[in-house]
Parts: sequence; C-alpha cells; structure tokens
Amino acid sequence: MCTTCGCGSDDVKIDGKAHGHGPEHRHDHDHVHDHDHGHAHGPGCGHDHGHEHGHPLAHEAQPQHAHAAGVAAERAVAVERDILARNDAEANANRRRFTRQGILALNLVSSPGSGKTTLLVETIRRLGGEIPVTVIEGDQQTSNDADRIRATGAKAVQVNTGKGCHLDAHMVGHALEHLAPAEDSVVMIENVGNLVCPAAFDLGEAHKVVVLSVTEGEDKPLKYPDMFTAADLMILNKCDLLPHLDFDVAQCEANARRVNPFIEILHVSATKGGGMEAWLDWIREGAGEARSRRRRSTAETATPPCGTAGGCACAATPRV
Amino acid sequence: MHEMSIAESVLGIVEESARREGFGRVKEVRLEIGRLAAVEVEALRFCFDAVVRGSLAEGARLEIDETPGSAWCFGCSATVPVGARGDPCPACGGFQLQVNGGTGMRVKELLGV
Repeated sequence: MCTTCGCGSDDVKIDGKAHGHGPEHRHDHDHVHDHDHGHAHGPGCGHDHGHEHGHPLAHEAQPQHAHAAGVAAERAVAVERDILARNDAEANANRRRFTRQGILALNLVSSPGSGKTTLLVETIRRLGGEIPVTVIEGDQQTSNDADRIRATGAKAVQVNTGKGCHLDAHMVGHALEHLAPAEDSVVMIENVGNLVCPAAFDLGEAHKVVVLSVTEGEDKPLKYPDMFTAADLMILNKCDLLPHLDFDVAQCEANARRVNPFIEILHVSATKGGGMEAWLDWIREGAGEARSRRRRSTAETATPPCGTAGGCACAATPRV
Repeated sequence: MHEMSIAESVLGIVEESARREGFGRVKEVRLEIGRLAAVEVEALRFCFDAVVRGSLAEGARLEIDETPGSAWCFGCSATVPVGARGDPCPACGGFQLQVNGGTGMRVKELLGV
C-alpha cells in the first residue's frame, strides 16, 4: 500500500474483505513499499545501471540499462487509446446492468460532512419501501456509513478504498455482485467525500448528484467546477441553518449555473424534512423512467414461447 | 489525487502496447491531455514517475501535449475557446456554455526498443 501517492487499488475492501486482484493490478513503484526492478542480480552486481536505486521521485529521464543500448533500434508506434477506456468500459457494463434491471443509479458526491449519509438515511426512511433502495458506501476507512444505512433496514455494501480518493467503475461492479439489487429499485452510490477526484470517474450511474451544505462557502461551485459540471442535480443541504448563517443562496445558485447552465437545484434539510418531498419526487421520476426503459427493452427483445425471435403467431396465442 | 489512478491506467496501456510491439523497454510516452480534462499535468508527471518504477517504462520520458478547451456558446451560437471551466465566453461574456472540446485524455504514442 502506498501512503505517499494516494493510490490504493491493492487495498480496496468490500465489506471488510480484501478485494482480490490478479497480477495485472500490481504496481511496483518504490517510494514506500518494496519494488522489483526486474533483474535477477542485486545492487552489488558490479556493472553500472545508469540510475541510482532509491532516487527521488523527480528523477531525470535518462536512457536506462546502458548495457542493452545499441542492440535494437528505437521505434515509435501510434497507440491512440483513451486513458480512461477501461473504467468507461466497466462503467458501461454497470450501466447495462442497471438498464436491464430497470434500476435508477445515482452517484452522490460532495465534500466530507455535507450530510450525504443523513440524506440517504432520511430518503430511505421517507420512501418507506415504496421503491426499494440499496446503497454502495465509499469511504477510505470504516463501515460506519454502511452501518447507518443498514440500521434503516436497507441493504448496504461498504467499499473501503484504502488510500484511494474516489470510487471507480470496477469497485462498483464488484459491490453490485454483493449487493444484488432488485429489479425496478434504486441504487445509491455514496462516493468518497471529495469534490475533486470523483468527477472524473463514470460509475455507470444515471446522474451525479452533488450535495453542498450551506455551512460551506457559496463559491464552492467556482472552486470545484469539474464536479458541478459533472452533476445534473445540486442539493443545497442543511437549509434549516440558513437563518444563522451569512450564506448567500442566490449567489451560490448563480455560481453553480455559471459552471453548469443546465444543473437542477433543490433546497433540502435532511434532518428537519424541508424540501425532502421534492427530492423524493425527483427520485420517483427517475425510477419511473428506468422502469419504463426496462419494460420497453424487455418488450423489444421478448422471444415468443416457440423461440422464434422477431415474433410469430404463437406469441399471441394462449397456451393451454 | 486521482492522477495516480490515471497514471496507473496509462501504465496499463503502455505495458499492453509494448508487449504487442515486442518492446523490451519504453523510452518515451506521449499523451494528449485536454485542458478541461480535470487533470493536473504536474501531478500526473509526479505520479507517472512513481508508477513506472520497476516496469519496462521505468525512467521513460513523459511528453504531454495539452489540447485547448472549447465550448458551444448559446449566446453566440458558435464554438468559442475557453481556458477553464467557469470562464465566460470570450466573445459575449456570457456563461451559457457547453464544453465540447478539451476534455479528452489519450495515450498517443510510444517510443520503445
């Protein structure tokens, strides 16, 4: 595990269990942990490698391993591949699963302490089983948030990212295997509290929902524009505290629309209940759309009892 | 610090391409990063140097071509250049902008032996 750089893919845990990866996920950089230079001989082997072991991170780019120079000619090859292609492919696999099952998946993002978990707890409580809700909780450490969700009776899976600063589509794919969400349900993905990194990673969700509490600054959308651009809905939370604060709601909304002219905005107090009904209606509408999409796609791909794709008379004939 | 994840993804693509090309070492990696791609280029360089240690791309030069950002301005009905998210349209000063360029991140090219 790397405590310097923030990577932690080897340290991801789902409900406290190690999330096993094959050797292709190995990363052998050396600033904290041991690494393998890939030669059999040790440092005292008696020839010059052209670089120092234990060098600082910002080392000069130099030709390495001079003993191999001149053996083969350098070649340039075009690669032309999207860096996030793998994440995006896994996100699309998650999205296909959600579509197939009629699931509305929401990716809740915010800074730590904006009230995401309280909002989820209250959302589940107020929906009262009207639409089944399951939750994927992302945090670096602890299962506290998943425990809070489970206390409502809803199913939750905790993903601990170790030092990782965001959830990625691969983690969510594994979490879904554990979560096994029902058809026509809602999956809430509570991302790691961080207004920067989760913006860049598609998890397969229908919408990113950014939660901003009024105890934060109204200029947050300008400071973290990538997140507010990536979100379709901003929930302005803890609005019951507005009488005690100097928070300028109109300015905050103007800032959010400056970076994202299309963002929807809801004013909510998860603890006192203000605005919750509008938020629940927003969920109901999205869940209804997801359900209709599933039904449409089921109807389109339905195979009649005789197994002839494309429809035949037997589909309309009552079977006896 | 999602640049570390991005650097790991770059290394994955580099290793796969190098294997396909039969490279024993990769000496240079060229990326194209959009100015609106939510990536801090200097952080990415730092992370790249860290993740390639012990790989066949250890010590490889990292060349980054930054591509400019652009957006459709609903006020001007035209594509306009934008330097950063939240910046106004340089023509009309409005904020009715939808980003349409400069968000990509690609591995363009490798130099290997």
